[in-house]
Amino acid sequence: MTVTNSFKMEFLSRSANESFARTVVACFAAQIDPTLEEIGDIKTAVSEAVTNSIVHAYPDTIGRIRLRVRILNGDTVEITVKDYGCGIEDVSKAREPMFTTGGEERSGMGFTIMESFMDKLTVRSKPGKGTTVVMRRKIMRRESVK
Amino acid sequence: MIIRSTFEDGRLTIFFEGELDHHAARDAIRQIEERIDATCPRETVLDFKRLTFMDSSGIAVVVKAYKRMNQLGGKLNAINLGPQPRRVLRAAGVERFVRFNAMPKEV
Repeated sequence: MTVTNSFKMEFLSRSANESFARTVVACFAAQIDPTLEEIGDIKTAVSEAVTNSIVHAYPDTIGRIRLRVRILNGDTVEITVKDYGCGIEDVSKAREPMFTTGGEERSGMGFTIMESFMDKLTVRSKPGKGTTVVMRRKIMRRESVK
Repeated sequence: MIIRSTFEDGRLTIFFEGELDHHAARDAIRQIEERIDATCPRETVLDFKRLTFMDSSGIAVVVKAYKRMNQLGGKLNAINLGPQPRRVLRAAGVERFVRFNAMPKEV
């Protein structure tokens, strides 16, 4: 596995940064020529991961969220969203569809969306320490349009 | 996120413009409920023509509106969905209880 390109950034867990984070990832991923649908899927998955950190990792505080994006083998986007918040007691429970500890504006579908829109999803969490979500999506090669 | 609405012949149409994420959802839910409660419509139409992005927060918004209309004995339809919001609602199975109309091909 070769890392062709990468970037890292850190931002505060403010909800205004949800659109910022997904837009930055979409712009970076553009270099491997994804389709509109692939870009839409990646933006959605990033939005879910970052929103989870904002809502659940730091419910009553403003904390740091780290985002790392790597291009692997020239055709795969790998996104890591890391927070230093309260962590998840039971990761497999949290990944179940419709499960949420959030408010009325949450659907409990965040992890389900990440799983179905990305090729691979890994969630590591330690209560009191934080959560790391790693997602990968391979971008399909396209014939050039005449 | 900008939300506008019209009410005519018992039909409330709510127009969404911009991006519907967690940042926008709480306010969107409040505005939709206020408009449904103020008009008591037979039918509510969510028009997503100018919606450029939706994440799972949008699912909560649509489900909330559906439940409210169900309590009133009315219908809820979602129209002019672009491909990205459609994929999100579809992944959540929202199609099972809300009728979707996709964005027409020719504009």
